[in-house]
Amino acid sequence: MKDNVQSMLTQALSEINGAADLTAIEALRVKYLGKKGEVTTLLRSMGAVAPEDRPEMGRIINEAREAIEAALESAKEVKSASALNDRLIQEQIDVTLPGVAKKRGHLHPLTVVMNEIQDIFIGMGFKVAEGPEVDTVYNNFDALNSPADHPSRSLSDTFYITEEILLRTQTSPVQVRTMKASKPPIKVISPGRCFRFDELDATHSPMFHQVEGLVVDENITMADLKGTLDVFAKRMFGEQTKTKFRPHYFPFTEPSAEVDVTCFKCGGKGCRVCKGSGWIEILGCGMVHPNVLEECGIDSEKYKGFAFGMGLDRVTMLRLEIDDIRLMFENDMRFIEQF
Amino acid sequence: MLVPIAWLKDYVEIEDLSLTHFEDRMVMSGSKTEAISEVCQGIKNIVIGKITEVKRHPEADKLWVMQVDIGERVTQIVTGADNCFEGAYIPVAVHNSWICGGVKIKKSKLRGIDSDGMLCSLEELGFADNVIPKKFADGIYILDGPLPLGAPLQEAVPEFADQVVEFEITPNRPDCLSMLGIAREAAATFERPKRDIARVDVPEKGDINEVASVEILDADLCPRYAAKVVRSVRIAPSPMWMQLRLMKAGVRPINNIVDITNYVMLEYGQPIHAFDSDTLGGGKIIVRRAHEGEKIVTLDSVERTLDHETLVIADATHPVGLAGIMGGENTEITDHTKNILIEVASFDKTNIRRSSKALGLRTEASARFEKGVAHCHVMPVVDRVVQLIHQLDAGDVVGGVIDVYPKPLEGKEIVARPARINAIIGTKLSEEAIKGYLERLEIVCTLENGLLRCQVPAHRLDLEKEIDLVEEVARMYGYDVVDTTLPHDASTGGLNYNQTLVAAARAQLTADGYNETSTYSFVSPSQPDWLNLPEDAPERLQIRLINPLGEEYSVMRTTLAANQLEVLARNFNRRLPAVRSFEIGYRFIAASLPLQELPEERQTLVMGAFGPTESFFTLKGSVENLLDLYGIQGVEWRPMTTHTSYHPGRCAQVFHGDCCLGTVGEVHPKVVEAFGFEGKAYLAELELAWMIEKSNLDRKYNPLPKFPAMSRDLAVLVRDEVTNAEMLEILKQNGGKILESVALFDVYKGKQIEAGHKSMAYALVYRAGDRTLTDAEVSKVFEAQLAALSTAVGAKLR
Repeated sequence: MKDNVQSMLTQALSEINGAADLTAIEALRVKYLGKKGEVTTLLRSMGAVAPEDRPEMGRIINEAREAIEAALESAKEVKSASALNDRLIQEQIDVTLPGVAKKRGHLHPLTVVMNEIQDIFIGMGFKVAEGPEVDTVYNNFDALNSPADHPSRSLSDTFYITEEILLRTQTSPVQVRTMKASKPPIKVISPGRCFRFDELDATHSPMFHQVEGLVVDENITMADLKGTLDVFAKRMFGEQTKTKFRPHYFPFTEPSAEVDVTCFKCGGKGCRVCKGSGWIEILGCGMVHPNVLEECGIDSEKYKGFAFGMGLDRVTMLRLEIDDIRLMFENDMRFIEQF
Repeated sequence: MLVPIAWLKDYVEIEDLSLTHFEDRMVMSGSKTEAISEVCQGIKNIVIGKITEVKRHPEADKLWVMQVDIGERVTQIVTGADNCFEGAYIPVAVHNSWICGGVKIKKSKLRGIDSDGMLCSLEELGFADNVIPKKFADGIYILDGPLPLGAPLQEAVPEFADQVVEFEITPNRPDCLSMLGIAREAAATFERPKRDIARVDVPEKGDINEVASVEILDADLCPRYAAKVVRSVRIAPSPMWMQLRLMKAGVRPINNIVDITNYVMLEYGQPIHAFDSDTLGGGKIIVRRAHEGEKIVTLDSVERTLDHETLVIADATHPVGLAGIMGGENTEITDHTKNILIEVASFDKTNIRRSSKALGLRTEASARFEKGVAHCHVMPVVDRVVQLIHQLDAGDVVGGVIDVYPKPLEGKEIVARPARINAIIGTKLSEEAIKGYLERLEIVCTLENGLLRCQVPAHRLDLEKEIDLVEEVARMYGYDVVDTTLPHDASTGGLNYNQTLVAAARAQLTADGYNETSTYSFVSPSQPDWLNLPEDAPERLQIRLINPLGEEYSVMRTTLAANQLEVLARNFNRRLPAVRSFEIGYRFIAASLPLQELPEERQTLVMGAFGPTESFFTLKGSVENLLDLYGIQGVEWRPMTTHTSYHPGRCAQVFHGDCCLGTVGEVHPKVVEAFGFEGKAYLAELELAWMIEKSNLDRKYNPLPKFPAMSRDLAVLVRDEVTNAEMLEILKQNGGKILESVALFDVYKGKQIEAGHKSMAYALVYRAGDRTLTDAEVSKVFEAQLAALSTAVGAKLR
């Protein structure tokens, strides 16, 4: 009987070794270890073994069963690994075929750049103030210290609806509204549409966008204005960016300045974008004129402020290298989808 | 303002400064430059020559053969110019020289005669057409001799070796529209001394009061009027140095008298006019408002009819000039003029602007008076004109001067606080330092008890308050050396609720495949027509601009739909196969017209789409996602059959309670056609402002289900007119407590379906929160739902 067990084991191991696939392995499991399998049969035939030999025989059969189980297990592992491998090979695809996701949409370039600007100023503690596109002559000019006979008020510069109502030519009326509606400290930027009497061409549009900033508090200085815009320029155009504040004139600020940044295309060496100068003018700014503060009900002795403004369209065009402003309002999808 | 550097050096010591340094520092002290140009740029080897012989070209009527002495030799040059004569000094471009514009000159033969180069016109030396004296317009420039023959032109006549800086003068600094003004700025910027203009004693004969008188009737418009008379004027070209300076400053030389008035105007910024005094009736000057309808023919030979607000210079009977704008033809200086009266006056800037605009006549003089001319230059200018007339031997000066100045301006004093100045700029300058900066600008300061009493120089019209002096100190100190600090505050930035939701909508819509667009706020008044809107549509209440750029931009938009359809049409016509687009913007709603108060500007979202995979439902799905993003629940989609912009059977309005949040639909074929494209287009017009009002971003956790759900599908046959909304309502009402969700997954019409009917299939999900449902429980509810459908809408199970 011992020999029977031995030969069955040899036979079983050889068959397991030769099994073609998982099905064959399962068949062998049934053949040897199933209810009517050979090992089971052998165990059942233990009755015929002498009682004193039974423990020994039992041990031998169990050892054989364990050996078969182990062989089955390892054969199964090998076969399933190879079966998986075969499947994976069969399932291979051309991953360079296009994705099937729905095409995403794109923000308008003005929004893209506005979001960047907004994020920078929000990070510096600014809130966002908005105001109407149609506003009063008072908010747009009078309250901003603009002389009554200033040419910018004329019908050839400004769109009017009535003698008292116009399309704002700048976002500065939002500053007036903000100062009248709230008490210092004030720290806002005001983005929005503006309108000026310009024929549409590659560099002019009768509708354009500005972003202005206004800070009013007790101890604001021109140095704070410089610092704030310097941080903005570095975040917007890169850490290596330098700013240059040149004296200028605006009715609603004094002292006033224009700000140049080192050309972000050439880094200041001079190129087509900066017309060879290495600098690009990007904004106007200054300390809020005391006349403006007083007009808005703010004590100009107690409070000071600074304001700045830039053309969003211009910054967007420079930033994204767009050479014709008309593209921005034509809304060709092939244009918008580039940003 | 064009400033030739050689001229500027007459008034300030800047010889040793490089041009770049000069420009940089001037810009940083507030005088912005627009451009710098080199006079005679690119010329090479052009030398002084003298014509020794002029002969006709034997073969060509229009050519001349010149013998020209260029020092080392006499050479032969053929020219077509007619203004050459023997003895004339001229610029010669000899063989292998360069004239302006990068043209190389070589010897050649003209009609068989050797020519060793060419003689130069002003144009060939780099001067613009509009400044070249008429006399030399088509000829060679004749130089004032004698000059060293053969010497390089730019060495012999240094005015040809010059740079011209163009300054952009801001409107607050009209005083800088002059050589002296720029010289003052340069002196302050570089802390350099100014140079005085050399004077000589001018012999004068007679007394002006015997030949002329001045009377100001309207002193409100003419605060000061000075007159000087010159007799026996000798009209001639002005000397070369003056002509060249004028040309470099952008002014065309005319004759000595006119050139002197222009030259002194450029020096001081004070316009000057000269009358032929023999044509002045009674030798009288009367400054008065014009009579209504009074006429004058101005120097440009145009007859102008005046109104009562126009100030004129008149003689005893007629207007002889428009004050501060242009002289009259009747008193114009001609080649025959013998005696002149020179006017140096101050006029009210607002009145000059008004009259100039009313007459449509803008001149150099009016432009300057409009910006502001200080009264203080009047007498120095009279003196300077006399000096130059004498120097140029242009006439005999009559003794005395008339200066009518009824209310002389008093000097302005501004009291400034050094501490305040430092507080605004962010500096810690000493009182002395501040005083020093102001005094550079000729502001005389005295320090009294910590206060600076500042005497404003009369030429500075812009300095009125302490803040004006702050700016002066800041720019003299240097904006570039002001510290860079950040405000010390505790403010927290961020978007408000409305802005956050708008940004969220943008993000959602772009994720959903819609491109953001930006279109004009002013539009064509025809938009409501194109949209097929009825006569009484509120969109027709359009706010009109008084001065639009054109009809197509003449009203404020009352809808965003038309602009979006234009976008769709443009892209369709550019052959794009499919488009999804949106715009978030304002539309303008007037309470009444004409506008009495500011209109309502309502934030609106419009979405548009076309393409093979688009339908009413794709757009609706996008809107539903947006509503979900905003947490707006329980909306109702009502069929909208009467909105004339849309397909009557494919349009819905979405309601939240009684509030209509917007319209979604397939665009009416007539409207698609009106916008110039074809096929199907879809549009959603949404009241974004109201959606934000109804939004609810409050989210609370709902425990996840612990027990399994059971699902059943239900397919029934119903009549066509039964809507999904009705079906859902019935299914929900009869779902008991265990119906978790119900969703339509198929609508089918086809061969197997009875005519006028459709098959609708729903996925029903049942679940209980406290136990696993049994089949029987679910079946009971399912049967009840089916029965209800059968009763209510005659649904038959398929």
